[in-house]
Amino acid sequence: MRNIHVKDITEAVKSLCMDANYNLPEDVLQAFNSGLEIEESPVGRSVLNALKENARIAGNEKIPICQDTGFSVFFMDVGQEVHIEGGSITDAINEGVRQGYKEGYLRKSICDAFTRKNTGDNTPAVINYDIVPGDKIKIICAPKGGGSSNMSRVIMLKPADGIEGIKNFVIQRVLESGSNPCPPVIVGVGIGGSMEKVALLATKALLRPLGTINPDPVLREIEEDLLKKINDLGMGPEGFGGRFYAMAVHIEKFPCHIASLPVAVNISCHASRHKEIVL
Amino acid sequence: MSEIIKLTTPLTDKVIEKLKIGAQVLITGTLYTARDAAHKRLVDLLNSGKELPFDIRGQIIYYVGPAPARPGYVTGPAGPTTSERMDPYAPRLMEAGMKGMIGKGKRSKAVVDAMKKNKCVYFAAIGGAAALIARSIKKVEVIAYEDLGAEAVRRMEVEDFQVIVVNDIYGNDLYQEGMKKYRR
Repeated sequence: MRNIHVKDITEAVKSLCMDANYNLPEDVLQAFNSGLEIEESPVGRSVLNALKENARIAGNEKIPICQDTGFSVFFMDVGQEVHIEGGSITDAINEGVRQGYKEGYLRKSICDAFTRKNTGDNTPAVINYDIVPGDKIKIICAPKGGGSSNMSRVIMLKPADGIEGIKNFVIQRVLESGSNPCPPVIVGVGIGGSMEKVALLATKALLRPLGTINPDPVLREIEEDLLKKINDLGMGPEGFGGRFYAMAVHIEKFPCHIASLPVAVNISCHASRHKEIVL
Repeated sequence: MSEIIKLTTPLTDKVIEKLKIGAQVLITGTLYTARDAAHKRLVDLLNSGKELPFDIRGQIIYYVGPAPARPGYVTGPAGPTTSERMDPYAPRLMEAGMKGMIGKGKRSKAVVDAMKKNKCVYFAAIGGAAALIARSIKKVEVIAYEDLGAEAVRRMEVEDFQVIVVNDIYGNDLYQEGMKKYRR
């Protein structure tokens, strides 16, 4: 058994919120460079250069990459040999969000669903807990913007729809999203599980580093085929026309009920923000 | 699509008539900011015969809710939000004299039709390039609805604020035309 104090969780969350919003991950910057090599549209290339410059300014000046500093989404891998001391782990995370968004000059974007009154401190966070072996806690902070989240969908396909049905759904979703989710995007796809599980799979798919290969050869082939078909639509960076609409398609799969074929799409904007720490 | 046009606000019909889709434009002058909540209030005022908090004739509305400014900064990062949420309100503002909109993403048919009728142009700024965009914003003042926080109506003074024409007054759409050009 190892003791971890809630104060340390709050501190870690606070700095993760700021770090994630100021510093674009290296794999995304690499993807912009790859995009510049294949992008044929002059406007598309100028967009990619602007995004590189934007990331440079944000990192250097410690200001957010995007004004939409997102819903504070966390993935917590909590070791089963950890004992949390000093209070509630959920309260500690929310306190970290509160402090990080205030002290880091991040936008508070969370409101009541009916009255639309802002909660004022970007809480409550959305926290997904997993209990895992070990005596550590891994915290992944993945702020998610509203524009790209609004393009997400879950559908319960029929088993007979199969892989073709899944592909058609994903392509249609991307086509309808157009420029709204701030391309170049990452398309996260969840397949299988239950209704809530499939949405989580699609979201987790967005955390996989760009440039990594799916270990499942069948999924890898679907990813490659979808990426080509999506980029062949011609929408390009920001939807102004071009070759590089999507940086990647990432798929996560899970067994499902014999009656079902759940599919979820969660799109990440080019500001694919996520940072992690292990306590 | 490589020509760069410099514009100053307010916009006149003569200037708007020259703007075609794909034109890259640098705007200098004044922008007014508003998102969904502020649009609802503005349209409610017009519909009840009251005056708007600013003279909208010839003006451009920028769909943005900036992040808070660090000390020493004029504004926090301030990139465009998705425009379609303003579609229910935009035609009424055009009738009142609005001549330009800046946001990201496609507009409804009703908005595009109103743009033709009222000679109003729709520009996109680069979504997510908020730190870069903020550099062309030189002065910001909240002029209405302070209670809305990030969604309050602000008057922004901008210099060479970079946008691209997405919908012109001739019914053309850059998203559709751009896609056609690069589709395989």
